[in-house]
Amino acid sequence: MSLASTQSIAEIRARNKELIEEVLKVYPEKTAKRRAKHLNVHQAGKSDCGVKSNIKSIPGVMTIRGCAYAGSKGVVWGPIKDMVHISHGPVGCGQYSWGSRRNYYVGTTGIDSFVTLQFTSDFQEKDIVFGGDKKLVKVLDEIQELFPLNNGITIQSECPIGLIGDDIEAVSRAKSKEYGGKTIVPVRCEGFRGVSQSLGHHIANDAVRDWIFDKFEPDGKPKFESTPYDVAIIGDYNIGGDAWSSRILLEEMGLRVIAQWSGDGSLAELEATPKAKLNILHCYRSMNYISRHMEEKFGIPWCEYNFFGPSKIAVSLRKIAGYFDDKIKEGAERVIEKYQPLVSAVIARYRPRLEGKTVMLYVGGLRPRHVIGAYEDLGMEVVGTGYEFGHNDDYQRTAQHYVKDSTLIYDDVNGYEFERFVEKLQPDLVGSGIKEKYVFQKMGIPFRQMHSWDYSGPYHGYDGFAIFARDMDMAVNSPIWKKMKAPWKEASKSKLLAAE
Amino acid sequence: MAQSAEHVLDHLELFRGPEYQQMLANKKTFENSRDPAEVERIKEWTKTPEYREKNFAREALAVNPAKACQPLGAVFASVGFEGTLPFVHGSQGCVAYYRSHLSRHFKEPSSCVSSSMTEDAAVFGGLNNMIDGLANSYNMYKPKMIAVSTTCMAEVIGDDLNAFIKTSKEKGSVPAEFDVPFAHTPAFVGSHVTGYDNALKGVLEHFWDGKAGTAPKLERKPNESINIIGGFDGYTVGNLREIKRILALMGIQYTILADNSDVFDTPTDGDFRMYDGGTTLEDAANAVHAKATISMQQWCTEKTLPLVSEHGQDVVSFNYPVGVSATDDLLLALSRISGKQVPEQLARERGRLVDAIADSSAHIHGKKFAIYGDPDLCYGLAAFLLELGAEPTHVLSTNGNKAWQDKMQALFASSPFGHACQSYPGRDLWHMRSLLFTEPVDLLIGNTYGKYLERDTGTPLIRIGFPVFDRHHHHRSPVWGYQGGLNVLVKILDKIFDEIDRKTNVLGKTDYSFDIIR
Repeated sequence: MSLASTQSIAEIRARNKELIEEVLKVYPEKTAKRRAKHLNVHQAGKSDCGVKSNIKSIPGVMTIRGCAYAGSKGVVWGPIKDMVHISHGPVGCGQYSWGSRRNYYVGTTGIDSFVTLQFTSDFQEKDIVFGGDKKLVKVLDEIQELFPLNNGITIQSECPIGLIGDDIEAVSRAKSKEYGGKTIVPVRCEGFRGVSQSLGHHIANDAVRDWIFDKFEPDGKPKFESTPYDVAIIGDYNIGGDAWSSRILLEEMGLRVIAQWSGDGSLAELEATPKAKLNILHCYRSMNYISRHMEEKFGIPWCEYNFFGPSKIAVSLRKIAGYFDDKIKEGAERVIEKYQPLVSAVIARYRPRLEGKTVMLYVGGLRPRHVIGAYEDLGMEVVGTGYEFGHNDDYQRTAQHYVKDSTLIYDDVNGYEFERFVEKLQPDLVGSGIKEKYVFQKMGIPFRQMHSWDYSGPYHGYDGFAIFARDMDMAVNSPIWKKMKAPWKEASKSKLLAAE
Repeated sequence: MAQSAEHVLDHLELFRGPEYQQMLANKKTFENSRDPAEVERIKEWTKTPEYREKNFAREALAVNPAKACQPLGAVFASVGFEGTLPFVHGSQGCVAYYRSHLSRHFKEPSSCVSSSMTEDAAVFGGLNNMIDGLANSYNMYKPKMIAVSTTCMAEVIGDDLNAFIKTSKEKGSVPAEFDVPFAHTPAFVGSHVTGYDNALKGVLEHFWDGKAGTAPKLERKPNESINIIGGFDGYTVGNLREIKRILALMGIQYTILADNSDVFDTPTDGDFRMYDGGTTLEDAANAVHAKATISMQQWCTEKTLPLVSEHGQDVVSFNYPVGVSATDDLLLALSRISGKQVPEQLARERGRLVDAIADSSAHIHGKKFAIYGDPDLCYGLAAFLLELGAEPTHVLSTNGNKAWQDKMQALFASSPFGHACQSYPGRDLWHMRSLLFTEPVDLLIGNTYGKYLERDTGTPLIRIGFPVFDRHHHHRSPVWGYQGGLNVLVKILDKIFDEIDRKTNVLGKTDYSFDIIR
């Protein structure tokens, strides 16, 4: 039986508060003060979760956060399939982000699509000393010669580029002109900028604005005939095919998806987006900036949606349909109805196996809140959640629409805190990333990677929900968790030997 | 509808359904796709000698390089010491990447912290990050030692680790006597093997040469022990355990330096061990007294071995010893240095490997291979292939240099099977792609990234190297020694037999050769 169900809200709140006090004890005073602001227990009715966010991580702790480069190249730009993305600087950043996010796409890799290639200027000491612009010129020329079917190029700056003062914008302009107006986008996403990958998303959005939209003539002739039902999917990176299992629903309800940002995305789709009648935004955190910009500049409304779990999918389909006429509204109802038998069968099969199980989450983007509904559809309860790089508006959305009273909230949680929280709360499942996965599995706690669906997926849409349910069942109910303790040893609670 | 609750389809099958295929076709109309004939033409062009020539003329661009950056190697070496927390001075995103990379390969937790430097540190230097960071790490993770290395950011702005650590200690971040060895590991110099070398050298220097001026230098009092250094190795778990077994069989007293074989192979029993195993700090210090130091990988210890040598020890290095002769050489060296006999059990193991090769070499003899990876790994595998009567036709190492190339060519020259073989230092996997198209081989050996080459060129891939993300647990078995040689032999043979079966399994057409006996 879950911890939560045996205790009153007041008891849970008191326990969680005590837990926070306990983890803070290990820090030097100055650090404890800073970290205290990021840990809280949610109180129903409050406008946010009562934590500070988007603030620098503390040095020397095992923060799970990445950097601006990871946000730009790894998330926003990397999955644009027909452009070549140069990891500009030393070899490592490109190597570590190579193929690791499973942004599915269809294309002839290396010929007209480039997502799973690692292009780098592989900086050497002399490039640092003498500057890398000349090398970049040569890199661009070599890409043009060896990969002639690329539709554009981006330059993803690694740390040294900003530090040594390279003028990648000048190089981009000059080479674009030389190649007859080719789209070449310099992105100032050096890893030291900002406090996490979040700034990289923003910088990447700004680069779309400045280097793609500003080139584009809004009154120019589109490459296709517009319809009143044209929408763009924004902020779905097609992890394990998520954007496809989302797109199919939108098309089934009668909408036409003219662009998909940015999983299986292409430059032409980015360019076409200002022609959309509505931008529908999945990952608010990573792409609200460009959505707001399109609203201001082109007058395109945008709405957030959540395609995790049938409850939220239905709400979202109706919300999206609300922007259109009756034909689409009927379409939404038709889609909801069509998939109801699947939903019922999935819930009938998996809910009895998952009912009452508790979950702790710690992820990036939208997931610390968006997946809560999907767990609830399966009868599971999220007892703790937090964002790697959320801002206050993420915590507002979380508080107002997702978490329950007394949920433990942890912003930019570090390894030490997260492990302590899990050790104390002993949830039935932890959903976080690869760096956390094995820590919790060693403790005998079932785990799913909720950045990459643990090499599975899709999880979005109705088709994805079936996979999600199956995956949670396989994690929580794997027989191996009963074999953790040797039979000649006494059973005990999972614990950490790390920081003893 | 394709999906069902009874038989849940995931991405492998789901998107092959007609609804999804139709949807993907619709999507194409918005993609400004290239003309399929043009895609086909360029695809075929990339397979030509002409393309190869242009590809090899590249001077600035790297495409799919087979190397990572220094700090990864530093982290890998640092966790090989008891209770040691690697601390990377620089931007935190790098550490997120190192931890992910190591976890994806070993399927294990990887612990490491950074000083989380941001813009202000870029302008004013990262001293405050070091001061606060060491204090936080020390209090939270209770390490026995913190091993500091750098990223490119800290190196570009010129942070001085020695001075910073000294100042941090003065400010009370960690006690004065607490061990904080360090190494400068700029990502724009060398590769992860350089980082391994620098970090290991940093630790040994720390213990042997007066702990950054805070203690007297150790005076070497020679003993009978032998130090072993594994080098950067994706098979560190299996390999170091195999070496320990061999040393125990020979009765040799030893110290493994940077023994990370346990921390990357912790049990699941309800406890998370952040630190596990590792060379004790006492052993690291006492290693100065050893009779000799043996490096299993020459190019991973280019700076460390001269340091050891300066302290009066004999040093010997190997190149990732795989197979009969390489293991013979290792055992002979161990025997010579220690004065101990090679025991009969190892002679029997040797005989079993020779037996296995004799049983199976007919399937490997004359086969052409391409290999890529770290310099020593490439050398060791190529040497074993020559021993099997195979031809390591293209051997490519992005982090190999001219000296490596010369040594590779000398190896080729030493065998009749090596006469047509070439080594390629400083080249990447896009170069390899051209090689595989223009001078095809039978089999490819390398890490996970080779699966793109296997797909594009049809060359079957045998996964040996780092990282291997898409196959599980290979790192638990040794590659070194006679036992390791047997493992590699089996891997090669399995791939060959799978390929033969795959090519002969068409019913009524090719299955006359679909033999039960191979």
